[in-house]
Amino acid sequence: MLPSSARTIREQIAAGRVSAVDVCRAALNRIAALNPTLNAFNLVDADRALAKAAEIDRQTTAGVPLGPLAGVPVALKDNLCVRGMRTTASSLILERFVPPYDATVVARLEAAGAVVVGKTNCDEFAMGSSTENSAFGPVRNPWASDRTPGGSSGGSAAAVAAGCVPLALGSDTGGSIRQPAAFCGVVGLKPTYGRVSRYGLLAFASSLDQIGPIARTAADAALALTVIAGADPADATSSREAVPDFTAALGGGMKGLRIGVPRSFVTVGVDAGVQRTFESALETLRDAGAALVDIELPHAKYAIPVYYLVATAEASSNLARYDGVRYGYRSSRAADASVREMYARSRDEGFGPEVKRRIMLGTYVLSAGYYDAFYLKAQQVRTLLRSDYQQAFEKVDAVAMPTSPIPPFRLGEKTEDPLQMYLADTFTVSAPLAGLPAISVPCGFVDGALPVGLQLTGRMFDESTLLRIAEAYERLTAWHQRTPAI
Amino acid sequence: MIASQPMASLTIADVERIAALAHLELTAEEKALFTRQLADILAYAAQVHAVDTSGVPATAQVLAERIERDDDPRDSLPRDEALANAPDAAPGAGLFRVPRVIG
Repeated sequence: MLPSSARTIREQIAAGRVSAVDVCRAALNRIAALNPTLNAFNLVDADRALAKAAEIDRQTTAGVPLGPLAGVPVALKDNLCVRGMRTTASSLILERFVPPYDATVVARLEAAGAVVVGKTNCDEFAMGSSTENSAFGPVRNPWASDRTPGGSSGGSAAAVAAGCVPLALGSDTGGSIRQPAAFCGVVGLKPTYGRVSRYGLLAFASSLDQIGPIARTAADAALALTVIAGADPADATSSREAVPDFTAALGGGMKGLRIGVPRSFVTVGVDAGVQRTFESALETLRDAGAALVDIELPHAKYAIPVYYLVATAEASSNLARYDGVRYGYRSSRAADASVREMYARSRDEGFGPEVKRRIMLGTYVLSAGYYDAFYLKAQQVRTLLRSDYQQAFEKVDAVAMPTSPIPPFRLGEKTEDPLQMYLADTFTVSAPLAGLPAISVPCGFVDGALPVGLQLTGRMFDESTLLRIAEAYERLTAWHQRTPAI
Repeated sequence: MIASQPMASLTIADVERIAALAHLELTAEEKALFTRQLADILAYAAQVHAVDTSGVPATAQVLAERIERDDDPRDSLPRDEALANAPDAAPGAGLFRVPRVIG
């Protein structure tokens, strides 16, 4: 059995109590045992992982100083490029794509000694909230195999929850790190827009996408963020804001912190069990010395429509690159076709239904006659939503909400009605629209063993406060120590 | 077209026009499904029209920094690697092959 945290694994390897190869083998064995049930991995590269682990062991023997993630097995969402490792975004259109370069986050993880074990299943091009939009079949929730693990980074969250790896990367555009972390009972952090380079992330919505860690503890999330954060010449949207050692924020406790609760927003359409769990988490924060402050986010109720207008518009543009010419799938019905017919057939056959739906919606809202009424209007409401948060952060240090209004739902429950699926994102979409960092931490269970997440949203570039609260909350509760009986 | 109630009249013809713009050759079933689903989603999204946004600037992205780099020449991807993922390449000639463009 693997030690549960990245920090412990690294300490034990550094102390010579365990080898990186043994840790890697344990991770690979656990994946081999569980993946037939979970379907969390699209690809496992055991040879590459064992070779990297052996390199760490050679460094340990030679007395070379070890990186902060030395020997830690890591899983990557399958929309992150690794040179020479098939990267599909869980789409048929990229089924055979082998990237010629590493994403910056991958290069940084490996430079820190992390051992990449494979690529995790996700909703196609990160579009979805259940991982059911994968071309390679849905992921199952380790806590309840008839439920979704959330999405779109469902494979990453399930892999961490099931103990396959202590750490995984996901990407979050409207909640795709935080909601699956909540559904799987683990920690998920969406950093501030610009905090982490997106070079090598297959783009979905470029004003929203951000890469972040999924882990068992706030400390591991802090460790991983410290490694992957920071400016990158290859990504013009990566910020030059100084990167602190995020682990230094841990241990700060709850005293003196003011936590805002948008009461009128978080009481609408929330499952009764989730509501009780959330209230109980707020009491824990207050008992530990945080001040709870009622706040208003008057435009948060418009975040879902704003998000689905902005994100789909950007997606329709980003996904125009999949044309069957430079990479990806080309229709076999293209031989006698015109080049335009070749594009249209390749795209219809290569993309799944949700991706096509979003490309269609995004193309519509950008088209002549609708641009002002939908796309521009949504961008204006986005400004008002940002102002809501700016005003709130004059009074509070973080904003608390349930991560999801509902517990993990059943596979197939929402696939027939896309709008119902979109509404599940109501509490997660506003942080990326405002560019703010947000974290989900395990805060209890409903109906026996269905995990619930507490979401905290912070000021721009203030991940430290979120990690401080998350770690303080972990010390007061044992939710994060529970593991699924899989 | 005026956009006060633009979704009320979403038709198969609209979906075909959008599909052509998006380079998607949809099946008849997909056209029918998307006509209904896009109308539902747009009807829901139309609630943004209730917000007074007069004089409110648009947010295209949230970073205040202007991040630019000097226009220095750098190495690019080697040609054989750039062609390696193409569904139909002529690596010897250094070309991507596509169906006939000019009739």
